[in-house]
Amino acid sequence: MRQKLIVIGAGMASGRVLEHLFDAGADFHVTLLNAEPRGNYNRIMLSPVLSGEKTYAEIVTHDAQWYDANSVTCRFGERITAIDLAAKTVTAENGDVLAYDKLIFGTGSNPFMIPLPGHDLEGVIAYRDLEDTQRMMDLGPDNKCVVIGGGLLGLEAAAGMAARGVDVTVVHIMGHLMERQLDEAAGYLLRKALVDKGITVKCSANSKQILGENGKVRALLLDDGTELPCDLLVMAVGIRPNVKLAQEAGLAVGKGIHVDDQMITSDPNVLAVGECVEHGGAIFGLVAPLYDQAKVAAQTLMGQKAKFVQKELSTKLKVTGCDLFSAGDFADGEGREDIVFRDPARGVYRRLVIADNVVRGAVMYGDTADSNWFFGLIRDKTDISDMRDTLIFGPAYQGGSPLDPLAAVAALPRDAEICGCNGICKGQIEDAIAEGASDLGAVRSTTKASGSCGTCTGLVEQVLAVTLGDDFVVPAAASICGCTDMTHEDVRRMIKSQKLTSMPAVWQECGWKTSCGCHVCRPALNFYLLADWPLEYQDDPQSRFINERKHANIQKDGTFSVVPRMWGGITTPDELRAIADAADKYMVPTVKVTGGQRIDLLGVKGEDLPHIWADLNAVGMVSGHAYSKGLRTVKTCVGTDHCRFGTQDSTGLGIKLEKELWGSWTPHKLKLAVSGCPRNCAEATCKDIGVICVDSGYQVSIGGAAGMDVRETELLLQVATEREAIDVIKAVTQLYRENAKYLDRIYKWMGKVGLDWIKERVEIERDALVERFELSQSIYRKDPWADHVQTKADRYRPLANLALEAAE
Amino acid sequence: MTDWIDIAPLSDVPQRGARVVKTALGCVAVFRTAKDEVFALDNACPHKAGPLAEGIVHGNSVTCPLHNWVISLETGEAQGVDEGRVATYPAQVESGRILLDRSFLRGRTAA
Repeated sequence: MRQKLIVIGAGMASGRVLEHLFDAGADFHVTLLNAEPRGNYNRIMLSPVLSGEKTYAEIVTHDAQWYDANSVTCRFGERITAIDLAAKTVTAENGDVLAYDKLIFGTGSNPFMIPLPGHDLEGVIAYRDLEDTQRMMDLGPDNKCVVIGGGLLGLEAAAGMAARGVDVTVVHIMGHLMERQLDEAAGYLLRKALVDKGITVKCSANSKQILGENGKVRALLLDDGTELPCDLLVMAVGIRPNVKLAQEAGLAVGKGIHVDDQMITSDPNVLAVGECVEHGGAIFGLVAPLYDQAKVAAQTLMGQKAKFVQKELSTKLKVTGCDLFSAGDFADGEGREDIVFRDPARGVYRRLVIADNVVRGAVMYGDTADSNWFFGLIRDKTDISDMRDTLIFGPAYQGGSPLDPLAAVAALPRDAEICGCNGICKGQIEDAIAEGASDLGAVRSTTKASGSCGTCTGLVEQVLAVTLGDDFVVPAAASICGCTDMTHEDVRRMIKSQKLTSMPAVWQECGWKTSCGCHVCRPALNFYLLADWPLEYQDDPQSRFINERKHANIQKDGTFSVVPRMWGGITTPDELRAIADAADKYMVPTVKVTGGQRIDLLGVKGEDLPHIWADLNAVGMVSGHAYSKGLRTVKTCVGTDHCRFGTQDSTGLGIKLEKELWGSWTPHKLKLAVSGCPRNCAEATCKDIGVICVDSGYQVSIGGAAGMDVRETELLLQVATEREAIDVIKAVTQLYRENAKYLDRIYKWMGKVGLDWIKERVEIERDALVERFELSQSIYRKDPWADHVQTKADRYRPLANLALEAAE
Repeated sequence: MTDWIDIAPLSDVPQRGARVVKTALGCVAVFRTAKDEVFALDNACPHKAGPLAEGIVHGNSVTCPLHNWVISLETGEAQGVDEGRVATYPAQVESGRILLDRSFLRGRTAA
């Protein structure tokens, strides 16, 4: 006899169940209830509808004719108010009681709305159904929209509206976009593509409040005080299975409606499919598993044996011009290896994660043509040991002999472009070589090839090798570390010329071989980025050595030393009392006078740091940066204040210098001194920058050292006034920051570029260098201790204390 | 049978960072990687007992702040030419919380 089947919800999963039933000729009388006033449409295609690439009519899956042909009783726009599992009936909104033999839940999911103040204002919407889509489409060009959520849905909404001329800002709480599907490198490329589409992207941004006017949304307020004006605010931060009805009916519910492998709920006559279900602890948001569930549910209804098995999933973003793909598990792990391929010029990034000769995960950006092939390898757990060397290049490169890079270069025609920045072809390089250029430097100076961004350096060397044969040995320039083949100089050039302002940007554009660098390259990159882009780049404490992360010097037993600043080596009884009190209070085992004219408290426990800092801050003392690759001290003598030989106010100049330069980061430590006369009591001539006061003014000299190497400074300039001396010192400090290799002190840098070049730059560019120095200081000239006491004190405490916890 | 102890929200440990958990027998370092995986290791480098929690975390490794030994967060083994191993303990993240297995306390009592 014909069974009565009631389906709640006309979504993609329940629609697929019906297709399977009808295709198999199963004998059911179906009643379909849907809260939305329409039948089943392809919800995933809402994004192309939003962007105008498709119309609603094109994405309808089941039209009235289809329901009619299959004798489905449609009750659209009707909700269900109650279900009686014992009596096997459902009650519709209008009071009709409908009997069933089998019932299917396809209630889908609800968008999650963050309960921010103002979330109930008019103009705050989710992105879930056709109504939401219509609201976004109705927002005319030149209006402003803020999208909260930089995941799949949020970005599709943003791109769709941007395509309609709306001024869109995406606010994302995490550090990079789509962090669940993408790693940082792919997230960086995606962000770049969206910014190119005119979308403003704010990552690591916390929403605080939605501001309104006359009950309508006006702006989004971030917790850093930024106001983002908007006419419409879309929240796309996630979905929650819609389980309310099932829960009220008494079905077993967790995160979703519990189902077994046959898609049967806790009631044998009730099934559930789609985003509303929970199976094996998992819930589902992508379409592939929903279709698998639908097939199993249909087979179960027809009395066939079937079993739902969760499979690997893949993700693609439906934004025109952003090709990305992510599948499987791409987290790092024991025994896992990365194969990374980057083609900076084409904006391509591919990463495969491999374990036991099987591909476990893949992230691809820019060229996803081979994504299905890689997904197949993941799904089928194919053994890839035979094709490992060429695996990353895709299916076209499997089989055949491995490519020799030199042979490939040899095969290039003469008019093949080698250096894109300067438009230099292979032929021009060959000609330069024929005229006598026999190394990279000579080719660079005669043709300019590889002289700008530097990415083609390897290629130019290969042309040299092919042309000169055995006469040319590709030089092994020391790379920063194992993560890259590029040198410090190459990377700095890239950061400047390509305006790279984030670490993932450098990793991508410079072809990093690891996913997130190492302890050698990250501190260097962090310095280069903040030195070159002080406003754009956000300092990354996790890429700093512990001393600079915790603003104290780590000692061999894991305790720290604390050195407060004493400007120009001058202190007061109050400061000394505060230091003495702190030493008592925190039981500091050693108090030492340093060579930089200040006092070192050694042996402070990590947990005590914020407290001792707060105590020192209370009398106006700040961090002495005794731990930093940055300005340390300005040592002084007493100058004209007391000394009978003093020619200038050396103490006063030292204090002014320290107050203007403190907080600045440099490639290595930077020590200064000012001596009031050539007797040089402050030992200024063995400092990185030293000033000797003379009757006629100030001699500024640089490049001294008294460490592993002992060096005397060399005269940079003599100037007449104190102001000029300060400006020259700021200018040379800035020049050093912008050009030197990380961990080169001034004397090493000077040995590479020459004192004459430094002199010339400082003379010609003094004002511009000072201006850039001050710009950077507007961010960094502040006390990190006070900042950590206020914002990060928790981080210095243990995460938990289980010392009293019993083992049992 | 694992008996998980809820330690703290994941967000209390910075990405590519670590915090320590105090126990009766010294500190255990709890690491969080860029991929939000967590690992628990003794907070003492096999070389000279450097506090690993203060090191730079990269991939699934940490570099000791004292002498740059690189330690695998998964196995506790020193990488490269260095030889040595620190004890590791089960750790996991569930619903945004860091969980450690109570057995690590027992393991440490026995040690």
